Amino acid sequence: MRETVPPFREPTLKGDYRRPDPDAHAGPHEPGLDCTPAASCVEPDQPDGADGADGGARELVLTFSGAWDVASIGRMTARLLHRCAEVGNACAVPGDAPVVHLDLAEVSRLDTAGAQLLCRSAASMAAAGAHVVWHVPDHGQSMLLDRVRAIDISAVPRARRVSPVLGALNAIGASIVEELEQVRSIIGFLGMFLVSLAAAVARPWRLRWVSIVHHMEQTGIQAVPIVALLTFLIGLVTAYMGSEQFTRFGAQVFVVNLIEVSTLRELGVLLTALIVAGRSGSSFTAQIGAMVANEEVDAMRSMGLDPMEVLVIPRVVALVLMLPVLTFIADFMGVLGGGIASWLSLGISPGAFAVRFLEITRLANFVTGLVKAPFFALIIGIVGCFQGFRVTGSAESVGRLTTQAVVESIFLVIVANAGFAILFMSLGV
Amino acid sequence: MTGTPIISLRGIANRFGTVTVHENLDLDVRPGEVLGLIGGSGSGKSVLLRTILGLRRPQAGEVRVLGVDITHSDEAARRAVRRQWGVLFQDGALFSSLSVIENIKVPLREFTNLPPDAMDDVAALKLRMVGLAPEAALKYPSELSGGMRKRAGLARALVMDPAVVFLDEPTAGLDPIGAAAFDALIADLRDALGLTVVMITHDLDSLYAVCDRVAVLAEKRIYAVGTIQELLRVDHPWLREYFTGPRGRVAAGVSGPAGRDAHAGQTPAQGR
Repeated sequence: MRETVPPFREPTLKGDYRRPDPDAHAGPHEPGLDCTPAASCVEPDQPDGADGADGGARELVLTFSGAWDVASIGRMTARLLHRCAEVGNACAVPGDAPVVHLDLAEVSRLDTAGAQLLCRSAASMAAAGAHVVWHVPDHGQSMLLDRVRAIDISAVPRARRVSPVLGALNAIGASIVEELEQVRSIIGFLGMFLVSLAAAVARPWRLRWVSIVHHMEQTGIQAVPIVALLTFLIGLVTAYMGSEQFTRFGAQVFVVNLIEVSTLRELGVLLTALIVAGRSGSSFTAQIGAMVANEEVDAMRSMGLDPMEVLVIPRVVALVLMLPVLTFIADFMGVLGGGIASWLSLGISPGAFAVRFLEITRLANFVTGLVKAPFFALIIGIVGCFQGFRVTGSAESVGRLTTQAVVESIFLVIVANAGFAILFMSLGV
Repeated sequence: MTGTPIISLRGIANRFGTVTVHENLDLDVRPGEVLGLIGGSGSGKSVLLRTILGLRRPQAGEVRVLGVDITHSDEAARRAVRRQWGVLFQDGALFSSLSVIENIKVPLREFTNLPPDAMDDVAALKLRMVGLAPEAALKYPSELSGGMRKRAGLARALVMDPAVVFLDEPTAGLDPIGAAAFDALIADLRDALGLTVVMITHDLDSLYAVCDRVAVLAEKRIYAVGTIQELLRVDHPWLREYFTGPRGRVAAGVSGPAGRDAHAGQTPAQGR
């Protein structure tokens, strides 16, 4: 095992010339002891102290010992740099340039990190004006020092450490710019999609029906259980909550109106869109992203296949066809849940619920809900595919963009929903 | 070159279900040497590497690295050994969410108490040592070419100044010039840092250029170990085909000193 503690002999800075003398440090170092300043060592004098004024060459002997390797130089770094600063001060005093001896005779292990630290210190002392003399008896160590010295790291850029405030501002600015750029390219993507779609519609036999049906199954049929269950539960909860409020006014029967408006007009389609965004939007990004990362999309292009036609159109078309169907199922299940809750909590029998429901239901509520579905499907499909194509090489970006696709499509669906609400209100539907 | 082996494998057996990959496999790696590990596709080179690294527990046998029994010792002892080796995986296996310099700094952050500035210095030194351009420091792995990723992976493997470095096909996927430069780099680092290197390779040029000894994985064990000259005398159909096939002859021709003369002698003939 390597020695863990690099004993570091306290340097001396004396007016008289001292050679590094191995006999003076005879005997094996006990690891750990020499880390603290040895009492026997002469404490360095201040350069402007009495000894420094003796005249003649000022000499400093730094004796290194123990293991100077990456695992153990950590605690020595500050100490050595402190010595460098002292030498710098000594140089600032008028007189002969100080001579610094670096004695490595007792270094048991030196690695590149240790060598680099020594070279850096020596360079800084030399830059301050000191005359640095190396004493490296070991041939291997001296070769290593030469090697490390020969490598110039000044050109390697450092990651700048910025203040947290500036960093936060910078991040906000960068994300705004990125979002704006994304809005632009997503509109471009939508345009490309519509052009490809128009070309495909003009020649319907060119549409990939097998692929469309496959995706209809993936995004539509397989989503039925989860959509049905969740909207059923939401309908149930809405009716329970509503019945509690309406009972206070003795207007229990209006629970049916609540269910009708909330489910048909808003909740059915919105919940379905959110579930599909999480389920299918993310899988579009992951599928296309993995293909991009694996160069499959490039292979496709090089064969003369249009990824838009092969990958995007079937997915988006399938989703546009299936989301209204899922919405219809969601509406049905929501109303069913609401009916059951009304029956259980208010005693409105299924027959009475049905009569009342048919009496008050306006077709407009049902249609306004359903008409939004294809638009939401378009948003989810386009965002999901678009993010998939933004994948670059790494597997990490697939994960990141999948998350982004889900967040973005949910956001856009809710924004679009608000837009529809305003539109329908001003149209008076 | 002599002394107690730095890595020793005894009686290793690896099986996947009913398929036996290794049976009674022995191998010694001497300190300070570059050992090449060759073998046909599917002969279990990578499995053997994973076994040495302790990523796979063999069904039988013992792996000792730096005196520690990897297969049977406790986690603390294994962790101590892991800090003394570096591994370059086939495509670098860089962490894709970190820049090159941050990748190189990962072991420093985890295992040392260096001040941040010193960490930057050590990482920058390793970056330059493996021949990467300074501008590569802040790039992310996805922005690098395959060769640069390998170099960055090597820098990360070397950052703790390990005693042993394992390289999995270091020159695969590099152009011949890049591969030759990588070979030179490995030889250079071996000389400068006193590294022991174990490299899996298919590259005959690498074998001739840097490997002190070559271990041949065939018939579920290390069939032969020795210098290339020694291996040429081994009578095994795969080995004979390997070294004296068209590619083997070319590699021997340009790398061996005798071969270079022969090559020079042939040049006018080719020109005619």
